[in-house]
Amino acid sequence: MRIMCCLKPVPKPGSVKVDPETHTLKREESELVLNPYDRYALEAAVELAEKTNGKVVAVSMAPPNAKDILLEAFAFGADELVLLSDRAFAGADTLATSYTLACAAKKLGPFDLIVCGKVSVDGETAQVGPELAAWLGLPSVTWVKDIKPLNDSLELIRTREFGEEKIKAKPPLVITIEHEANVPRPPSIKRLLKQDEVEVKILSAGDIGAKEEYLGLNGSPTQVIDTFAPEYHGKREIISGPPEEVSERLLSILKERGLI
Amino acid sequence: MIERKLTREQQIVVEVADYIGRNYIAPHAIEWDEKEYYDPAPIKAMAQADLFGLLIPKEYGGLGFGSTETALAMETISKYCPGVATTFAAGCLGALPLLIGGTKAQKEKYLPLIAQGKALCAFALTEPQAGSDAAAIKTTAKKDGDHYVLNGIKTWITNGGIADIYVIIALTDPKKGPRGASAFIVHKNDPGFVPGRKEKKMGLRASVTSELLLMDCRIPKDRLIGREGMGFILAVKALDLARPGVAAQAIGLAQGAMEVSIRHSKRRIQFGQPVYNFQAVSHTFAEMAARIEAARSLLYDVTSMIDSGTKNISGASAMVKFYATDMAMWVSERAVQMMGGLGYSRDSLAQKYMRDAKCLQIYEGTNEIQKNVLSRELAKLYQSEEGQT
Ligand SMILES: Cc1cc2nc3c(=O)[nH]c(=O)nc-3n(C[C@H](O)[C@H](O)[C@H](O)COP(=O)(O)OP(=O)(O)OC[C@H]3O[C@@H](n4cnc5c(N)ncnc54)[C@H](O)[C@@H]3O)c2cc1C
Ligand SMILES: Cc1cc2nc3c(=O)[nH]c(=O)nc-3n(C[C@H](O)[C@H](O)[C@H](O)COP(=O)(O)OP(=O)(O)OC[C@H]3O[C@@H](n4cnc5c(N)ncnc54)[C@H](O)[C@@H]3O)c2cc1C
Repeated sequence: MRIMCCLKPVPKPGSVKVDPETHTLKREESELVLNPYDRYALEAAVELAEKTNGKVVAVSMAPPNAKDILLEAFAFGADELVLLSDRAFAGADTLATSYTLACAAKKLGPFDLIVCGKVSVDGETAQVGPELAAWLGLPSVTWVKDIKPLNDSLELIRTREFGEEKIKAKPPLVITIEHEANVPRPPSIKRLLKQDEVEVKILSAGDIGAKEEYLGLNGSPTQVIDTFAPEYHGKREIISGPPEEVSERLLSILKERGLI
Repeated sequence: MIERKLTREQQIVVEVADYIGRNYIAPHAIEWDEKEYYDPAPIKAMAQADLFGLLIPKEYGGLGFGSTETALAMETISKYCPGVATTFAAGCLGALPLLIGGTKAQKEKYLPLIAQGKALCAFALTEPQAGSDAAAIKTTAKKDGDHYVLNGIKTWITNGGIADIYVIIALTDPKKGPRGASAFIVHKNDPGFVPGRKEKKMGLRASVTSELLLMDCRIPKDRLIGREGMGFILAVKALDLARPGVAAQAIGLAQGAMEVSIRHSKRRIQFGQPVYNFQAVSHTFAEMAARIEAARSLLYDVTSMIDSGTKNISGASAMVKFYATDMAMWVSERAVQMMGGLGYSRDSLAQKYMRDAKCLQIYEGTNEIQKNVLSRELAKLYQSEEGQT
């Protein structure tokens, strides 16, 4: 399997600077670390590549100082490293970010699978994975905690607020990996010894054939007004009474919802 | 404290071992000890990091490094848990007879698996009646056509039951005594190979030590390592090469014990000040640091001597083994003392280091036996001067 793994370099906590004019993060000036969630995405991609005799192409959209993050990804098992870096990408929201990654996927592909982290620790939207799928016209499965390669498809276990879901999906598709879905491996000594020789391919907007108007601040319709954590209000009904009444009520609910 | 120049390769080995220590061992070390539980997770991590390939030549998929790099890895892992380091060390010891005396076919078959960490090794010499007196082993290997049939009991075998490959020392010609011993490769699923009782240990409780029963254990004849009669030579050579690894464990252990204790003594207030301010305490740490560094210098002198190809290493290997492990026993006991009651609590690492240290003075040849070896070497060295005044 040829797998693209999207890795987001995020500012190291405590090193974040905000541009006073645009109110966006000054990413070039912050010390970068790999989005912690993406360690699980990378491990899932590497494990699957090992099982299927495949390759992992690690892709980041970030300023040039993110090169080290990709070299780290090499030590953790990625085979090819691609950094999407261009002034035109600056200030991207999730739409522009996913567009850029989609252009890269087309340029570097075809891929059987695109693996993203569940969410980033800085933007925290969890939108990039599914949006990337939409740009590419592919199905997406989020919050995946286990992947089993079958003959021509993948068996995916997905976590839900309550319980789990088992999904069979045919590649190509986009998945996002659940936090702690696996135990990420340590860096390999052999790979660390080769780190000096590996190439980080740096691609610009032109290189990936991206259209100016969809990129960076230009391509970002998002205006952040407020941020808050959504609350879940699961609708609940407790049915009580004699067994006959309870089963009658349950039956009518199921019928109402078209479940039977 | 003493700065030692490491090559880039050596720095990488230390960084990776430390990464494993911090992420895969430290959060669980006390729990594994308390529950006497072997967790394969850190061993898997070490395999993924290529640490099982340190000593394996590049042509067999290893890193082709030497004793120095192996000792650096052992020291670093042991600082986090000498028990986990023991599983790793026994894995390395078990691979040595193959590296030293294996045929090309045996090397091609086993070394790549060992290097990738897909086959964990064990080394089985000790028997109920044969500890220090290893020549008293009774396990036999009888030739039967294209097979050998092994019978006997091995005791105190590290990785017994969890290893995939066992190097078993057995007598092919009991009449010849030690010269009639041979080394064999036994697989965990060979017929007649049965892991026995697991030892209940005082320390190194994250590692598994168990009995092995060989009951008409039938193996193909190409599992013989080297030639018949080479068993003890291979065992002695393997142990000579492995003992600096025990010294490395001791040094990592002592370093860990000192660090735990020093941190506590700088925080613990008695009589209105940190106990570190009392000279009886701070001098103890000064003494610890000096002894640890002295042992470390000796260790890395011995490993570079081995790596430079020196043939007779028995004396040097025995010297660093007893010196460093006695040092670790002393340091870890003092580390407990400097922490008072907390040092004695099973919630603290200090007492664990002390219990772990005890075994390092015993296994891979007791320190008394090491002194026998060294004094024998000394006698040879000064033979010519006999009779002179
Ligand atoms: C409240 C808020 C404030 C913001 N402020 C700013 C700002 O000040 N400046 C600014 O530039 N942007 C800002 N953004 C945009 C945002 O931070 C990202 O840059 C971006 O669009 C990715 O979205 P996300 O971080 O939510 O990713 P998510 O959708 O949470 O990430 C999911 C996964 O997508 C992949 N992924 C995401 N981004 C990348 C990438 N760049 N490269 C490779 N893979 C990636 C990773 O696999 C990641 O695990 C803000 C967004 C929000 C919601
Ligand atoms: C945790 C653990 C793991 C081990 N793992 C392995 C393994 O993987 N493989 C393996 O083959 N073995 C292993 N051993 C066995 C170990 O090597 C022996 O325990 C050790 O060699 C000592 O033998 P013994 O226990 O029979 O002690 P004994 O030989 O009975 O010694 C008892 C005491 O007498 C002293 N003594 C004996 N002979 C002399 C002498 N000639 N001069 C001076 N003093 C002497 C000893 O130093 C000791 O103090 C392990 C042991 C332990 C505790």
